[in-house]
Amino acid sequence: MVMEYNPGIQLLRPRVDFDNQGYWDGIKQHKLIFQKCKYCGLLIHRPRPMCPRCNSMDMEWVPSMGKGTVYSWVNFVYANAAYPGIKVPYLVVVVEMLDGVRIVSNMYDVPPDEIYVGMPVEVVFDDIADDLTLPKFKRREV
Amino acid sequence: MNNIKNRAAIVGISMTKFSKDSERTELYLTCQCIKAALDDAGLTPDDVDGLVKQTDDASDEHAVTSSMGMGNLTYFGESRWGAAPSAMAMRAAMGVATGVANYIVVYRSVNGASKRRMTPSMRTSGQMSTSDLLQWTFHAPFGHMSNAGRVAMIVRRYMHEFGINNDQFGWVPTVCREHGARNANSMFYQKPIAFEDYLKSKMIVEPLRRMDFYEEADAAAALVVTTPERAKDLKQRPVYVLGAAQHMALETEELTSYYRPSISGLPEMGKVGEKIFAMAGVTPKDIKCVQLDDSYGPFVPMQLEELGFCNQGEGVDFCNRGDRIRLGGELPLNTSGGSLGEGHIHGMNHVIEAVRQIRGTSTAQVKDAELVLVASGAGGPASGLILGGKS
Amino acid sequence: MSMVYDTEHPVPIPPIIWDNMGYWEGINRHELVFQRCKECGTWRHPPRPVCPKCRSFEKEWTPSTGKGAVYSWVTYQESPHPGFKAPYSVVLLEMEEGVRLVSNMVDIKPEEISIGMPVEVVFEDIAEGLTLPKFRKVG
Repeated sequence: MVMEYNPGIQLLRPRVDFDNQGYWDGIKQHKLIFQKCKYCGLLIHRPRPMCPRCNSMDMEWVPSMGKGTVYSWVNFVYANAAYPGIKVPYLVVVVEMLDGVRIVSNMYDVPPDEIYVGMPVEVVFDDIADDLTLPKFKRREV
Repeated sequence: MNNIKNRAAIVGISMTKFSKDSERTELYLTCQCIKAALDDAGLTPDDVDGLVKQTDDASDEHAVTSSMGMGNLTYFGESRWGAAPSAMAMRAAMGVATGVANYIVVYRSVNGASKRRMTPSMRTSGQMSTSDLLQWTFHAPFGHMSNAGRVAMIVRRYMHEFGINNDQFGWVPTVCREHGARNANSMFYQKPIAFEDYLKSKMIVEPLRRMDFYEEADAAAALVVTTPERAKDLKQRPVYVLGAAQHMALETEELTSYYRPSISGLPEMGKVGEKIFAMAGVTPKDIKCVQLDDSYGPFVPMQLEELGFCNQGEGVDFCNRGDRIRLGGELPLNTSGGSLGEGHIHGMNHVIEAVRQIRGTSTAQVKDAELVLVASGAGGPASGLILGGKS
Repeated sequence: MSMVYDTEHPVPIPPIIWDNMGYWEGINRHELVFQRCKECGTWRHPPRPVCPKCRSFEKEWTPSTGKGAVYSWVTYQESPHPGFKAPYSVVLLEMEEGVRLVSNMVDIKPEEISIGMPVEVVFEDIAEGLTLPKFRKVG
């Protein structure tokens, strides 16, 4: 069950800037990468200019294992409370990656009545438009 | 406690270089600058328990704390408009004076020239503030919609009341550029102008020329404020807040206070002056140099009048030929270059420069600059500071 | 010389809200009206919900004589909006009622405008649904 979009409504594009460019470049190439402090090794998501642990501004991009578990989730069922570009119902999840960071995304293949906290998931890449790829998650067999 | 004299000190400062394109996000500049200001003070982000920002600043407190690892904020507040720089310092001083926080960082970051913004401006008429609504309803339909025009309307009346010729406004930008030319951080380092260059500057909105207006820049600045007791243990010579005030009067608008009896003055700034001089217990004669709001050059002579450095209508004469207001004169102004000669960061560079003067580290150092006045928000809600080297 | 509009670029339409609706209704029927406090009689402009003098919320939209004088003025040599062709002048007027308003002059060159010049209101239908009060020199 893939998320359905309303073709008439332009989806919001991520605001790519100096601090998060590496992340979105990776997504475009179907690679999930996270920011890592070169100095103290802290893995960081979402991208930011400075390491919150050691205040270094020297960052690198490292590949994620791409695996995690559902940490929390919501089901958008009421259109007026949802983004008009996406057809309800749709799931938004917070995934805790095995790498140690959390990420907000959508489920790619799981219907609302099957999702649960703790569900093992792995990343997939959804090419929604020529200029828009998003990382999403699907059920992972363990 | 009825005032905050000697209850706060500026102990750290930092400023990025001014440029036309920082190639960085505003948040990046903010973090870089806050870290440098804390280093300057001998503090770390773990010490910080308060943040003060400008209302329109793109770097929200959450983004700053989660980038810098500040996990213990007990105070956060903001100030609006051009009056923000001095008012933010006042807000920080109030914070440490009352004990709600011990080490407060004031920051401002703006990619004003490159417009590299973290968020696009998404305001629609439904979200307009009341003051925006007034502009769009009663001024913009007539083509009156730039800050240059808003200011020029007040300046025309000022010229009319006091018999001023608009060429005379050229001395303030000339002196600011002279001072900015000495400052390696400035956009105009080694690029002074002569008065004749001002006369040749393009007319934008008559009676004002391009050089009457600030220079858009990408830059960031930060200050660290704590109590005088804590300041003693830190790296720098403390700069004490001796006077701090804000003022808004009846019918004050941001640059369009057209609807009150007289418009050829800056009454808010006059009130700020009365209050900060009284609080500090000093007079204009005691002040060694001033950092005035020169976002709009012709407001500088008006500030000199309102703050009591000269009589009403004599501000332009005071600035004539620049001798009294340049380094070496009786009242050097905007010694880093200010908004006209260094770059525009909505007046934060003026507060930083006042601290440098007192520390003795300005690139246009005034001798024994123990008392420095800063004015913010000329032409609207105003604020000001008197800073001193001795408590 | 009056303001020249570039019709390719619509000029800003004033946002009408409850507090200023009476003003723009007047303009649309070619009548210049200002808010006047019902309690203490003070005129006020731009419109606002409360009388700043006596704090009464009671007001009526009262016709102006339409006469006043130039209080200040500027000339835009560069246009901040493509809808307005520079150069053009913007005037700040002081009306007989004592209120001030921002507008444009019609049939006059920028260099002929001066502070104190007596003016009276005229109404210019700029575009579909947009009428603005403008002013011309009298006497």
